Amino acid sequence: MDKFTTHTGVGVPLKRSNVDTDQIIPAVYLKRVTRSGFEDGLFAAWRNDPDFVLNQDIYQDGTVLVAGPDFGTGSSREHAVWALQNYGFKVVISSRFADIFRGNSGKAGLVAAQVDEKVVQRLWDYLDDNPGGRITVDLEAQTVSSADGSVIDSFDIDPYTKWRLLNGFDDIGITLSHEADIESYESTRPAWKPATL
Amino acid sequence: MGRTLSEKVWDEHVVRSTPGEPDLLYIDLHLIHEVTSPQAFDGLRLAGRTMRRPDLTLATEDHNVPTVDWDKPIADPVSRTQVETLRKNAAEFGVRLHPLGDENQGIVHVVGPQLGLTQPGMTIVCGDSHTSTHGAFGAIAFGIGTSEVEHVLATQTLPQAKPRTMAVTVNGSLPAGVTAKDLILTLISKTGTGGGQGYIVEYRGQAIRELSMEGRMTVCNMSIEWGAKAGLIGPDETTFAYIQDKPEAPKGADWDAAVAHWRTLVTDDDAVFDQEIVLDAAEVTPFVTWGTNPGQGAPLGASVPNPADFADEQDRVAAEKALTYMGLEAGTPLREIKVDTVFIGSCTNGRIEDLRLAAETIKGHKVAEGTRLLVVPGSVKVRLQAQEEGLDQVFIEAGAEWRGAGCSMCLGMNPDTLAPGERSASTSNRNFEGRQGKGGRTHLVSVPVAAATAVRGTLSAPADLEPAFA
Repeated sequence: MDKFTTHTGVGVPLKRSNVDTDQIIPAVYLKRVTRSGFEDGLFAAWRNDPDFVLNQDIYQDGTVLVAGPDFGTGSSREHAVWALQNYGFKVVISSRFADIFRGNSGKAGLVAAQVDEKVVQRLWDYLDDNPGGRITVDLEAQTVSSADGSVIDSFDIDPYTKWRLLNGFDDIGITLSHEADIESYESTRPAWKPATL
Repeated sequence: MGRTLSEKVWDEHVVRSTPGEPDLLYIDLHLIHEVTSPQAFDGLRLAGRTMRRPDLTLATEDHNVPTVDWDKPIADPVSRTQVETLRKNAAEFGVRLHPLGDENQGIVHVVGPQLGLTQPGMTIVCGDSHTSTHGAFGAIAFGIGTSEVEHVLATQTLPQAKPRTMAVTVNGSLPAGVTAKDLILTLISKTGTGGGQGYIVEYRGQAIRELSMEGRMTVCNMSIEWGAKAGLIGPDETTFAYIQDKPEAPKGADWDAAVAHWRTLVTDDDAVFDQEIVLDAAEVTPFVTWGTNPGQGAPLGASVPNPADFADEQDRVAAEKALTYMGLEAGTPLREIKVDTVFIGSCTNGRIEDLRLAAETIKGHKVAEGTRLLVVPGSVKVRLQAQEEGLDQVFIEAGAEWRGAGCSMCLGMNPDTLAPGERSASTSNRNFEGRQGKGGRTHLVSVPVAAATAVRGTLSAPADLEPAFA
């Protein structure tokens, strides 16, 4: 996984609440067996609408999605994170993320920055006044800020995920370094626990 | 201080605990299906890693599989590739797989319990959010993403921050004809889709105790729809009786040892939950959704709400968008909504008791003109059991389509989809925009409401039906 320290990019306002993972990428787009190419399914139902934000030229190079509350609810599909990343997004900002989506983001290297609802509104106001405006997300300092300085505020992310993202650490590698603990735990499991083979 | 059930199960699975880091949890059972696993197996291969415990892993084919002609090659080449990839991966890594045609093929959350692999006090994960279903047995069970699937394949563990605890206490008894589905839809309409976020929820109280195991699975299944990390129910005699004759249940002395342990899996009297919600079962009535998330629901006897009546602005905007998408007018009685397709099935309501209840409602009636009814068993075993009981004949005589096992129209990854603008009453778990097919409109309902709706062609309860001819 690549290290993430700070990122500045075009902010994209997604003024909807409860954007579930079926909206982020519908199930029919989940049939690939690779990790790439999912951008074609991103927000598929809305991409035919010329008014949809991603269809506006000024947001073509968007990398920071600013979304309403309860983003990423529903299905556990990590494809939702991959679709956002494959499209070019580095960060999603929202006042509330569904747990599984937030977990998947942390594993895949997409920053899910949780801010107060008022901060989302102020970022939307900033983007309304400055379409194509840029937003900086500083992971070390845990801040989000608008290019014109009108918004600067903190965001929440769990410290462990932050540490892994800053260092680009592979989760599995970390766990495998504790293999002795796993072996010792396994030696204590009751014999009646079920096995599939 | 005492501990809650979920804290006990959690503590029993901690491999490693360090301040400032998530606990490393051991995983007792890892369930796998074709959609969320291919990239995880690829990741193992790329990193040159092996699979730690194939013997604690079970795979089945469910999301993509056709529910007709399942003995022929899958027509959609992309779906076929995904299913074939699962077969190759299972063979390469030595994972037990129940493929199409096998008696234990079916929806992964129906298969685990029917095999007896789902047991109290376990940790169970799967790359599917409805893994919460298994919590009905007193297990901590939750959905994970593909990176986490890879993590479990490689290590049989997962780093997890400890969630807070919540109790949902349902006092009293559910009225006759009101089901577990109505109860959970009622709860979600009160909490919204984010109300359970960050919590492991324990469902308790008289109404929960009175539910069968399959009803309990319906409740726990939809924990994710109000954002909970997991939902579980304390194991009791109902639980033990359900497991006892299952193929993978402990036998002999192992059974006695297991049950003795399972009896300790109760929330202590002096344990404190971080949060509690109390519901009165007697107030629950047949409940349906009118919107595009599972929290947008109302009693069947109500009307489509007026968005202007929502105090919260975000709720109002969401309701407006939902009514536009659903093609509904505020004030329309829900019972007057005409439905094109009724879907009975899914990991929420695709088990044998669901099919019995559906058959009981529909027996002697015909599916309404202009309405189609799809009955999709959750597994091949459920299908065979239903046929043994003659339920298939009840459905076929009523004019329903009796299908093969799988996820089917719950998410429409196979050919079972809604056309744009088509409206369904569905016993599944999600009414998201386009979930059952692009432009499709979904009303989530219980099994009796689904069956009565198929007969009348409009959202209905069994009480609305004319007496059937004997």
